[in-house]
Amino acid sequence: MARTDDDIIVCRCEDVSLGEIRRAIAEGATTLDEIRRITRAGMGPCQGRTCRLLIASELARKTGKQVGEILPSTFRPPMKPVTMGSLAELGEEEDR
Amino acid sequence: MRRTADAVVIGGGVIGAAIAYNLLKLGMKDVVLCEKATFCSGSTGRCGAGVREQWGSKGNCLLAKASIDMFERLADELDYPHDLEFKQKGYLILAHTEKEWTQFQKNVALQNSLGIRSRLCTPEEAREIVPALNTEGMLGATYNARDGHANPFHVTRAYLTAAERMGADINYFTEVTAIQVSGGKVKAAVTNKGTIEAPIVINAAGPWAKPVAEMVGVDLPLFTQRHQILVTEPVGWILDPMVMSFSIGIYCQQTPHGSLIMGIGDPHEPKGYDIGHSWQFLRDMSRIITRLLPVLKDVRVVRQWSGLYTVTPDAHPILGGVPGLDGYLQAVGFSGHGFMLAPAVGRIIAEMALGMEPFLDVSNLDAGRFERGEYNVEPSVV
Ligand SMILES: Cc1cc2nc3c(=O)[nH]c(=O)nc-3n(C[C@H](O)[C@H](O)[C@H](O)COP(=O)(O)OP(=O)(O)OC[C@H]3O[C@@H](n4cnc5c(N)ncnc54)[C@H](O)[C@@H]3O)c2cc1C
Repeated sequence: MARTDDDIIVCRCEDVSLGEIRRAIAEGATTLDEIRRITRAGMGPCQGRTCRLLIASELARKTGKQVGEILPSTFRPPMKPVTMGSLAELGEEEDR
Repeated sequence: MRRTADAVVIGGGVIGAAIAYNLLKLGMKDVVLCEKATFCSGSTGRCGAGVREQWGSKGNCLLAKASIDMFERLADELDYPHDLEFKQKGYLILAHTEKEWTQFQKNVALQNSLGIRSRLCTPEEAREIVPALNTEGMLGATYNARDGHANPFHVTRAYLTAAERMGADINYFTEVTAIQVSGGKVKAAVTNKGTIEAPIVINAAGPWAKPVAEMVGVDLPLFTQRHQILVTEPVGWILDPMVMSFSIGIYCQQTPHGSLIMGIGDPHEPKGYDIGHSWQFLRDMSRIITRLLPVLKDVRVVRQWSGLYTVTPDAHPILGGVPGLDGYLQAVGFSGHGFMLAPAVGRIIAEMALGMEPFLDVSNLDAGRFERGEYNVEPSVV
């Protein structure tokens, strides 16, 4: 079977294809947050660093909005995944 | 958006979604749902999404049990194209203090009397269920195999898309700003996109339930409080059930996707609408959980966030109408366990709206119970 651009993996962390993004948009998603909630795109270790722009431009194309109006969906810490072992060793200073 | 309706539901979280669906299922024709942002923007999209029957009060036990019955059939009933990720791998609730061990014996007796098949476990039995568990200092645990977890985004969206298919008018970015009442009867919901005339308005506004109730002059004894939560990278199998402790104030479970989701209930957390996150939470959560489940030391956190609990004085929801105000119903104050109660609550509120006898008697969960002093605090919460 011929590969179409629907097979392109947009979010590599969560293995989400452009086809899945398009399906979410066809089902009515109009924001990055909605697409994230439906497909998990952007929820993986890189937190959407690569896929956000790709998804935003797909959304822009389908909704007629500007890419700038669509970005950004919430960006969550920690920006670099850290092990629980090292987090457990963080100091007491600046305690709440 | 429609300008008239049989009922307007305020809130596109899991509770509003379940209510809207059940209204249509029970035969109401014209249902409008208003959500000020998009679906799952409130507590639902931020929650741990655990479901359990192991409660300390009869009311919570029965609502949760009926809901799990419904969760088991939900994917078919709602005919939804995605997986709801509903899994039933149990909850293991740990006892580290004499006080909670005594309470757990009472809880299990109550649960068993209601047909919930939970059981007490020795620390050794607990380790058979979760081999990675450090049982040092543990007196015992309770376990119920029927408890579990589902994906909150998909459950909510499944209700909403089913409701829409049946004719509901679902409106996002539509905020209810006032509710018109005259002669003790609800007349309309006013939104930023116009007014909808309707004889019934249902408050399912989650953390904003109190300001919505104020629109009809009802003062609810609710407060909101931040709860922090994190998710790890997906890893190979570590544990089946949700591991929970009330005295330590934590819960942790592995989703079907392989990631672990965990959170702390911090008794010192101030009341309010703050949903920021702190590094102290990452540290404290990591310290506690790597003591209980040492294998997690090498697992990496990928994301943290927080959401709001909407808490009542007895940690039970407030369900139903208000005397002297025809057409106003509320399903609010879930105190950190609204996701798991949504299927049953959705049906009960819809039955009330249609003037039917609710399938479960929740008359003791009315708003008036606090003034009457007729309430008992649920002991089993994080
Ligand atoms: C960290 C955390 C972990 C949790 N873990 C669990 C768990 O494991 N199991 C469990 O059962 N529960 C859990 N909960 C609790 C659960 O999230 C809530 O009880 C449940 O989601 C409540 O659903 P809801 O629909 O009432 O509220 P929400 O999901 O908050 O929905 C209310 C909606 O109403 C909208 N709204 C408000 N005001 C208006 C208005 N004026 N006009 C239009 N729309 C309006 C909001 O935008 C919001 O989307 C947890 C909560 C948190 C914060």
